[in-house]
Amino acid sequence: MNFSVITTQFWSLVLQGLALGLIYSLVALGYTMVYGVLRLINFANSEVFMLGTFAVLWVEIELLGHPVTAEPLGGFELGYTLAIALVGSMIACAILAVLVELVAYRRLRARGASRLASLISAIGVSIFLMETTRMFTESRPQTAPRLLEKWSFGEIAGANFRIDTMMAIVAPIIIFIILDQFVNRSRLGKAIRAVSLSEENAKLMGININRVISMTFLIGGLTTGAAAFLYTTVYENTVFNVGFNMGIAAFTAAVLGGIGNIRGAFYGGLALGMMEQFASAVLGSQWKAVTVFVVLVLILLFKPNGLFGEAVQQTRT
Amino acid sequence: MDAIKNFNLRDKGAEIWAGWGRPVRSAFVIVVVVLVGLLPFAASWGPSSFLDTPITSFQNVLVYPVGMFVLMALGLNIVVGKSGLLDLGYIAFFAIGAYSQAILSTLYGWNTWQVLPVGIALAMVSGVILGLPALRVRGDYLAIITLGFGEIVRIVALNVSVTGGPDGIAGIPNPPAIFGFEFNLMFPEHFFWLVLALILLTVWMIRRFTVRRPGRAWEAIRQDEDVASLMGVNTLVYKLWSFVIGAAVGGAAGVIYASKVMVISPDMFKFEVSILILACVVFGGMGNIWGVILGASILAYLPERIRFIADERQIIFGLVLIIMMNLRPDGLLPRKKREKVEEKRTM
Repeated sequence: MNFSVITTQFWSLVLQGLALGLIYSLVALGYTMVYGVLRLINFANSEVFMLGTFAVLWVEIELLGHPVTAEPLGGFELGYTLAIALVGSMIACAILAVLVELVAYRRLRARGASRLASLISAIGVSIFLMETTRMFTESRPQTAPRLLEKWSFGEIAGANFRIDTMMAIVAPIIIFIILDQFVNRSRLGKAIRAVSLSEENAKLMGININRVISMTFLIGGLTTGAAAFLYTTVYENTVFNVGFNMGIAAFTAAVLGGIGNIRGAFYGGLALGMMEQFASAVLGSQWKAVTVFVVLVLILLFKPNGLFGEAVQQTRT
Repeated sequence: MDAIKNFNLRDKGAEIWAGWGRPVRSAFVIVVVVLVGLLPFAASWGPSSFLDTPITSFQNVLVYPVGMFVLMALGLNIVVGKSGLLDLGYIAFFAIGAYSQAILSTLYGWNTWQVLPVGIALAMVSGVILGLPALRVRGDYLAIITLGFGEIVRIVALNVSVTGGPDGIAGIPNPPAIFGFEFNLMFPEHFFWLVLALILLTVWMIRRFTVRRPGRAWEAIRQDEDVASLMGVNTLVYKLWSFVIGAAVGGAAGVIYASKVMVISPDMFKFEVSILILACVVFGGMGNIWGVILGASILAYLPERIRFIADERQIIFGLVLIIMMNLRPDGLLPRKKREKVEEKRTM
């Protein structure tokens, strides 16, 4: 127990918590969007994230030819390298997420199978992807080249405003604003909301359910891909089971904010990131997960629909 | 094609069973139990030697993973299959049973038979502690809370000195001999018979519950919790009961497991195992005892049988899950047709 860190490192912990939490909330979107339309836990999302981190590595090392030992880049070259890595990871994750839906969910949904059957087939996809990656990487952690030099904007009250931390904070906020506008204003966004209210009614209104569900997986994949890029840029390594802890944390974040609720995923991720940082600073990092789950249980006991409620449930009778 | 699609082995079996008189039924049960009891010798008997597993001996595979998984899947089936509560942290009860055996035997010198009731009781108490708050919330939140509980138990075991931290506890004694059966490395088949006895006991218990008040209450809760509660079923109490009974089975399995393998460490109680047991339940056919037993046997046995392709076996396992669920979403042996109603989508 070391409570003094709360006062001495307060702002530093807040900044770290923000960065970690916002990465969580991007992955949480992959769970929450799918849950909104299908009422299913998209178990394979953690492996979508994992393959996203490998996609970033592949783009940086193989496609653009920067070996692990490469010197940090600068200026224009840095800009387009990171942009290509980001786009590559987002596209890879989006395609993968759509494929996951096709393989693990579509047939089962058409046959009206139970939710648990879909959960198991998604677990099957998850095991398959993870073990295939394990085989190809021979279980070894992979290091990403440090293309972005970790310079700092400066230090305020002990908080170090490093470029990668700032990126992990600013990028998700932009993505969330775009997504929020998209879901609330565009036609497809309207269709997604309609399906999450009632699949039957949406079908009667002429909405192509299969297409909407595919698009939902695609959007979830895009945000998960962005998270994978940020994660790889900040932590500079990945391993075949990196998705496991990320998946549990992101799912917890989604539940914390109220699953099915996009804004909830944002705040849930933030809350979880903060809690993890403070809990590991005070109690030691090994108790991090325990604290998070205890807080989660307490919140669910007093606010059974998550902190911000389920957008879907509120409108359902 | 439709005839094949609608063919339900479970219903067909039930039909044949219903046509038999009492003596035929008893004879059938005895024959099946004896045949299963002879399984440990199947690998060394010519025609069935293809069952033999590389690396780990077949008799040990029958105890763990096969026997243990069947036992745990039966326990989890009470929670998931009978009352429709998604539990993603079932391994925690197994871990509690295993650690009770490890700690009480190495520190206080208790033997397995003395620890067994204590381990079961501890698992049940932890079931109440977890269930009381967790069962008030809806399905998916229950899933994440149980998942969290499973992780908490593992992390506590990893970081507390009494459980030996990451090294775990070694030197757990085997159970003392009972009815002339010795339990040690030389006689893995005796362990199998012990596990088989526990499995039979569990099956008997579940069957008794199913036809009595708790079973009907679980069925009602699974189909529609709101309606069940309107009809006067005290849903929280019966959900808690199914949770606690499931926990008891897991705890019993844990005690026996620890006394069999003699060394336990937190690594054995990972989240993946909870998922694997859940996969056993769904794969075999949720809610149907025979389906669950079959599913658990296959999913536990298959990775051991194909251990010679060490790298790819988990990949194959994942593929099997996907293909099976796509072909038979209700599992190998689905539950009785009349029990299969449209479940409320908000479960």
